[in-house]
This record gives sequence, structure tokens and C-alpha cells, in this order.
Amino acid sequence: MWRFLIRRLLLLLPVMLGILIVTFVLVRLIPGDPCKAMLGERATEEKCNAFRERFGLNDAIPIQFVRYFGSVLQGDFGTSIKNGRPVTDVLAERLPMTMELTFFATLFATAFGIALGVISAVRHNTGVDVGAMVFANIGVSMPVFWLGLMLAYIFALALKGTPFQLPPSGRLTAGTDLPSLLKVWGMEDAQGIQRFVVLLISNSVLLNSLIQGRLDVFADALRHLILPAAAVGTISLAIIARMTRGAMLDALTQDYVRVARAKGLAERAVILKHTFRNALVPIVTIIGLQVGGLLSGAVLTETVFSLPGVGTQIVDAIIARDYPVVQAFTVLIAIIFVVVNLIVDLSYAYLNPRIRVS
Amino acid sequence: MQESASAPFAAAPARPAEQLRVQSPFVRTVRRLLRNRSAQVGLAIITLLVLIALFADVIAPYAYDQQIRQSGLRRRSPPCIHLLGCDRDKPQLLMGLDSNFRDLFSRVVYGSRLSLQIGFLTTGAAILIGTLLGAAAGYAGGWADNAIMRIMDVLLAFPSLLLAIAIVSVLGPGLINTLLAVAIVSIPVYARVVRASVLSVKEMDYIAASHALGASPLRILFVRILPNSLTPLIVVGTLGIATAILDAAGLSFLGLGAQPPTPEWGLMLGEERNSVFNAPHLVFFPGIAIMITVLGFNLLGDGLRDALDPRRKA
Repeated sequence: MWRFLIRRLLLLLPVMLGILIVTFVLVRLIPGDPCKAMLGERATEEKCNAFRERFGLNDAIPIQFVRYFGSVLQGDFGTSIKNGRPVTDVLAERLPMTMELTFFATLFATAFGIALGVISAVRHNTGVDVGAMVFANIGVSMPVFWLGLMLAYIFALALKGTPFQLPPSGRLTAGTDLPSLLKVWGMEDAQGIQRFVVLLISNSVLLNSLIQGRLDVFADALRHLILPAAAVGTISLAIIARMTRGAMLDALTQDYVRVARAKGLAERAVILKHTFRNALVPIVTIIGLQVGGLLSGAVLTETVFSLPGVGTQIVDAIIARDYPVVQAFTVLIAIIFVVVNLIVDLSYAYLNPRIRVS
Repeated sequence: MQESASAPFAAAPARPAEQLRVQSPFVRTVRRLLRNRSAQVGLAIITLLVLIALFADVIAPYAYDQQIRQSGLRRRSPPCIHLLGCDRDKPQLLMGLDSNFRDLFSRVVYGSRLSLQIGFLTTGAAILIGTLLGAAAGYAGGWADNAIMRIMDVLLAFPSLLLAIAIVSVLGPGLINTLLAVAIVSIPVYARVVRASVLSVKEMDYIAASHALGASPLRILFVRILPNSLTPLIVVGTLGIATAILDAAGLSFLGLGAQPPTPEWGLMLGEERNSVFNAPHLVFFPGIAIMITVLGFNLLGDGLRDALDPRRKA
């Protein structure tokens, strides 16, 4: 198992390099001059040259890449062309929102999806199965941004004045004040990785409010997350439920299940120990694949619910041709996603010993 | 050996002629499929959609870009259906007017053409390429597996919509570029699924038996392994048509896909998303159209899954 783990970790290196190359090349291929995009269409050639000189855009592409690669290794993503702020600050500001949203959406989708799928498979061809699968089929068919809009309409307008009313947009109720942890801990001068980590925790409203003991703010932030997380998670919930049901039905037809029943095991043990464990490989695969979908969903949903996350930022940055920001966000999201995929692969090996032997 | 194996058959009493008639696996599958409830509903929905797309000119009362300006008709007028008691002096508007005085029903009807094309074209291309790559990787193993899957990993390392957004920003906004982007980003999904099931099928005893009998690697891959790996691919493939339609709609929603006045459902949602609180019908109907289309493919996929699995009774 250890050799397998080390080999997989080594294999990550070329993938990381690939991500950096793809992002770098794609961003450079975006048509249009970043100078004109930043300084306006009427910027003089002189001004543009100074601009390109300042951001190193006059050098050959390979040189730009080597320089970029070197600074990324040192945790430096450059400064935003648009507003001159360090990109790490922008990252630390936007990432926590998207991570919170994706985390709760994943939790929602996995918990309900697996439960729904297992129940459906065990009660195959009953009313419960049909009902669950009708729900799953409808859930998987909805565009996430449409579901978001509809949820906002239902819970903010139609249910207004009832206990079920939920806020349709924003991260916190307007006027709520939550000081930055940099200030609270007196670390305003902190630099580098320390500053980045503190900013990351500070900008996660949920963590920050818990640390400061502001349970009212925590509850408010959770309330603002319910609709977006449900919107983002519903498609994945349905996909996981379908996959779980399919894998369980497959596993239920296997001989070892018949043997388990024949030797008199309780049905509960047959389902959980013999069937579910063997159905887990495809289920884990599909959950791993969902994380990308959930992050994409977060991009669209943030637009619908006006949330200050990665999604809204990356679309803005692409439109503004803010190279460093686009690069940093894409690389970071890609790395998160690769690590999740690694965990999926490792769990394959854990779940099916035949794979790791080969 | 051979004699003793065939002996029980020789000894068996002759059966009536009709029982001996061999039913081809294809016919059996189609029969099972047509008996399957999900497949029936899915096929019905898709057939209906195809008919709507084919006869859009006949069904839609107005052209998709025609503005209807009449006294008493406001921008974003709600639906007006004569049968439900709407004033007969007003023109019948099944889904109301949009922000540009266009008949939403006509636009939704024309939109079916685009969505079907998007689904079939992108998924077909992605499945073809993804299956070949995934099968080659899973079966060959070793460096070929590593090379193919690391490239797939790099593509998969980007959330599909984000990569599609990036590709579209390079190619430029538009429907064709959206199709390309959505097809490219969905290849790795199929490659992974096919590889995963090839890996697990490869370990089965009957593959070892084929090896022992001297079957060539290509024969084992295409005749023994791939057909047994197809079931998950079909389930994921139908979900893939869904994803393709949804991703394309998402791009259009963000303004990167189809451009106005194209009657693309995602674009219609994006254009009207700020009207959700005062004219919810403008957001409701295009979304329902996307949902029903995607639902049709999902249900058909479910039915296919049951019909294609020889271990499960219909």
C-alpha cells in the first residue's frame, strides 16, 4: 500500500506541471491585448510598452513561463493587473466562500444521495424505489442556476413572512459586522504564508464567527448558505443516488450475496457488509467526479446568489484579462480537484485489493 | 471430451419448433427496453421533443425573433390562455412575453432544435474519443495507461465548466465554440469510466480463460472486455447528454455561449434572471424545457441500463 501511495504521489508532479502549462498557455491564448483591456482602447503605444515592461509581458513566452513557475513554487502568484493587489490576498478573500459552499453542497449531496440510493436498491421496484428515482431523475435534470433562481423565488418571496423564509442573496445580512482576524489577533503586519493562512480562516465567515464566539453571525451565515448549497448539491445528490442504486443492484445479483444470505446472515449485514462495501468503488468514483461539477455549480450559483466567491471573481478576471488572477484561481482549483482525485484512487486500492496488486 | 459434453443435449427430448427459434440478443434487448417503464417515458419525451424540433415552424405561432407590439400588451406580460378565461381580445400567449416583446412559447419551441443538436453532437464525439482512450489505457496498462490517464487527469483537474469557460474565452463566445468546449471537457469523464470498468472486468475469470485459450489481445479487448464494460458507460453517457445540455446552457447563461437573439434556453434564462421576482414565468418556462429534455435522456438511459444487463430480468 505504501509503495502504491508513493508512486501515486510522484505521478502527481507531472499533473501539477501539466496544470501550470495548460493554464499558462490557455491564458496567453485569450485574444486581445491585456494592456488595452486594462488601460482602455485609447492607451498610447508608449503607455502600453511601459505596462508590458512592468508585468514582463514583452519577454518570450517560455521565459515568462519559467519566471511564473519559479514564483509559484515560492507561493507568489504575482499582483493583479486590474487593481495591483497581491493575488494571494484576492485568493484568500474569495476562496473560503467557494470552499464553504462546495463543502456543504458535497455533504448534502453525499449524505442524502447514498441514503436514497441504498434504500432504493434494497426496496427495488416498490413505491419507495419509484418515488426516490422519480425525484432523483427530476433532480439530475435541473440546471443549477435555474434551481437557484426558483429556490430564491420560493423561499424569499412565496414563503415571505413564514418561518421558512430564507435570504435570496449575499453572504451575511446587510449591516452585520465581523472584524477580520488579522485585526482581532493584532497581526496586521503579518506577511507571507502566515498572512495568507490567517486571511483564509478570517474570510471563512463560518470559521471566523466560531473563533470569535459570534454564534448569531454563524447562524446568519449558515442561513445564507442553505439555498445556494441546496441548489449546487441537488444535481450531485441525484447522480450519487442513481449511481448508488445501480451499483447496489449490480452487487445484489452477485453470488457472494446469495451465499451470505444462505449462511443465514441478517439482511442488514448482507446489505451493509457484503453488498455496500462491494458497491463502493463506482460510488466513490462518482463522488470524486462530482467535486468538479460542484465547483462548476458553485461558479454559476454564486452569480445567482451574488456571493463573493471564486466563480464571480474568475468570470470578472477573464473578461478583464487579468492574467495573474485567472491563472492563480484556475491552478488552485485544479490542485484541489487533483488531490480529491488522488484520494479517490487511493480509496479504489483500499476497496479493491486486486487493483493495488497490479 | 467433446462427445461427453454434447451427450446430454443429444439425449434431451426434441422441443417444439417455435421454442428452438433463436432470438438475437439485439431483438431481445429491444424487447426488454420497450417493456421498461423508464424507457417508455424517456422515449416518449424524446420522440415528442424531436417532433417539436422538426415541426417548430408549424407549432410556434410566431417567429422566435418577432416582436408583438399591441395596445394592452406590456413588456414581460404574463401568460394569456383563452381556455383559462383570458380576455379573447388579447392574443393568446401560452408562456407570456419576454423583455423584448417576443412570444416566449415560440422561443421555447425553437429552442428544442438547439438543445437536441447540442446534446447529440457533443456527447457523441466525446464518447467515441473517450471510450477509445479509456479502453486503451485500462487494457494496456503500464506507460500507455500512465500517459493517457495523466493527460486526462490534467483535463479533469479543471472543473468542466471552468475549463469550458476558459476554452470559450480563447475561441471566442458563440454556439459552435461552446459545442467544441463542452465536447472537449467531457472526454476525460468517459475515458475514466471506461478505464475503471475495463480494470475491474479485466480481473474476471472469463478473461483469464480467454487468455488461456489463446485469444488475441485485441479480441479480448473488443469482444470480451468492452461489451461487458458498456453498461456503466451508457448510464454515464445518458447523464452526459444531460451534462452537455446543462453545461452549454450554463455557458449561455453567463453570456459566453449562444448570442442573442438565438432562442437558446440557457441564454433565455440568463437574459431574464433579474426578472425572477416580478416576472417569474420568464425564468420558469425555459428552465422547465431544459429539465424535461434532460429528463427524457436520463429515463431512456435507465431503461437501456436494465435492458442491456443480461443478469437482470426485465
